[in-house]
Formats: sequence, C-alpha cells, structure tokens
Amino acid sequence: MNHNTYIYIAVMVIITYAIRVLPLTLIRGQIKNRFLQSFLYYVPYVTLAVMTFPAIVNATQSPVAGAAALLVGIVLAWLGAGLFPVAVSCCVVVFVLELILPVW
Amino acid sequence: MNKYIKQKQNQSFSPFSRNRELLSGFRDGIPIGLGYFAVAFSLGIAARSAGLSAFQGFLASILTNASAGEYAVFSLIGANAAYLEVAIITIVTNARYLLMSCALSQKLSPDTPLSLRLLTGFGITDEIFGISIARQGFLNPWYTFGALLFASPCWAAGTALGIIAGNMLPARIVSALSVALFGMFLAVIIPPSRRNRVVAGLVLISFAASWAAGIIPVLSSLSEGTRTIILTVAISAAAALIFPVNQNGEENGHES
Repeated sequence: MNHNTYIYIAVMVIITYAIRVLPLTLIRGQIKNRFLQSFLYYVPYVTLAVMTFPAIVNATQSPVAGAAALLVGIVLAWLGAGLFPVAVSCCVVVFVLELILPVW
Repeated sequence: MNKYIKQKQNQSFSPFSRNRELLSGFRDGIPIGLGYFAVAFSLGIAARSAGLSAFQGFLASILTNASAGEYAVFSLIGANAAYLEVAIITIVTNARYLLMSCALSQKLSPDTPLSLRLLTGFGITDEIFGISIARQGFLNPWYTFGALLFASPCWAAGTALGIIAGNMLPARIVSALSVALFGMFLAVIIPPSRRNRVVAGLVLISFAASWAAGIIPVLSSLSEGTRTIILTVAISAAAALIFPVNQNGEENGHES
C-alpha cells in the first residue's frame, strides 16, 4: 500500500500539537498538591540538564571543543550573562577551537 | 523587588505589555532561530532522502517544530511505514513535551484565556520552553509567541534549504552553530543553580545520570527522547520528595 506524504505530515502535526496543548488547557489553575507542585518546579531544570550533557560534547566535530563550550557556557551563565551572549560565546569557542585543533 | 507587582505586570494582556513582551520574545528568539536554521539543514537532508519536496519539508517543520520527532517520522516515511507507526513514534519522541506543558501550565496566570493557551502550546519546543520558564513571575504568552515568530520560520526555512541544497553549509559552521541551543539551556539552568543549592545539585546529578544512561546496557538502547523522560520523571520526583517547595514555588530553607 502506498501512503500519502501529506497524511503522514498531518498525523505527525496533530499528535505533536495535542501532546503540547492538552496539559496547558486542561490544567487551568495552580496545582495545590505539594508533591506535584515541587515535581513540576524541578522538571524544567532536570530535563534541560539531561538534554545538555553529554549531547553538547557529541554535537561538535571535536568533543574537546564541545566540552570547552560547556565550560565557557557554565562560567558565563554563572557570572550572569544572558541567553544571547552565552549562546554566541559557545559557538565562538567551538569555531575557534576547531580551527586550531585537529578534528577527531 | 515586589514579586506580587511583578506578577501583576507580566500577566496583564494590555496592548502595551503585549508589544513589549512580543518584542523581547522576538529578541530572545534570534539565537534560537540561528541554531535552528543550522540544525534544520541536517533535518532537511533526512527529509530529502525520505522523498519529501522542499514545500512538504517546510510545511512539516513550520507546523511541527520538533527535531527528534521529525527525524523519526521522516525515516518512517522513507520506509513507507503504516500511519499507526507514525502516530506511535510521534507520541514516543515528543512525550517530553507533555511534561513541559504541565510545568508551563503552572507558569501561566490562571486567568489566561483559552485562545492564548492554545497558541502557547504550539510554541513548546525544548528551547522556547526553556526561555519561557526562565521569565520572572507569570509567563506572558506573547513572549512565547515572539520567540516562535522568529525561530519557527528559521526552522522551516532550514529544513526546506536542506532538502534543496543538501549539505551546503561548511561542516565547521554547522558544528559551531549546533552548540547555540545548548548554550541557551545553560543560560536557563545555571543562574538558578547559583541561587539555590538544590537546583545546582539536581543539574549535576542530571548531567551525570544522562551520561550514565547513555552507556548502561538496557537504558542506552532506548531512544534519546525516552531516556530524557525516564530521567526527568525519576530525578524530579526524588527531588520533590526530599526537597518539597512551598506555595510560592521557592524551596524551604535551602537558599544558599
């Protein structure tokens, strides 16, 4: 059986949207349960941290450059730099290091 | 700083605050969009080998705004898979957005209208979720739309260009741009870690667990999306049991 590409895309679009929008529309008020409240408070930090490492080291051609970007990003963010400066600094670190380092 | 007033300001939907939030979201969306553009190039290459046209790739990306989810679906399209398979893989690769949406529901003022909730949901990508959750007080949905307004067309255009031009950007540029997204994640999770030892500890534990899950036999065979969900639920639940937060969303006595 041959499938229609537009139906494939529609299935993906509808399901992805439903996953994203259902909790936002169904949970209208502030959750009172202390465990759930705490759980949801920690979720963003944990999930972003899990997605950052070791992925950042594997994203670059040279793992050393990725690791250096991680370090520089942590230090700058710790010192209070915003989203844009931290992101751009990480890119520059990788670009410069991969110019001078051999690529593994 | 009076937190109550701050929250009141952010939750107002007046045209003035709407434009201001839209603009600052747009500005924060620029680095996200640049990172997206580069990453979407490689997604476009996957879409091309699955037989999608540039228009189909653009359409899929601007309506879906998901990286791993789109990769997985494109490879299924290439394999002429059943629609049901596409549905299941979409749920598995995007399930983490369910958690993010739950977390974001607590970041919206309870009187946020349904129409704005429907639009906000559309914008929950890893990165836009990250910058939205980092806002002070309640999230004004217009901030999220502002970011999406720049980032989403970048994502879609990158996909379409990847389909048309294959790997046109030099590998070195792609490599450098690919860390932009992680840099933004760091800018979201590190400042709270400085103020709060529990969050700092969780970030370190999450780094270590994520690394370990990539090499532990059974866990490492799971997809990255599934591992992210398992680790997020396990670590956040443990933290919620050991270090519950009070009503205002601040930790009890663990401020450093």
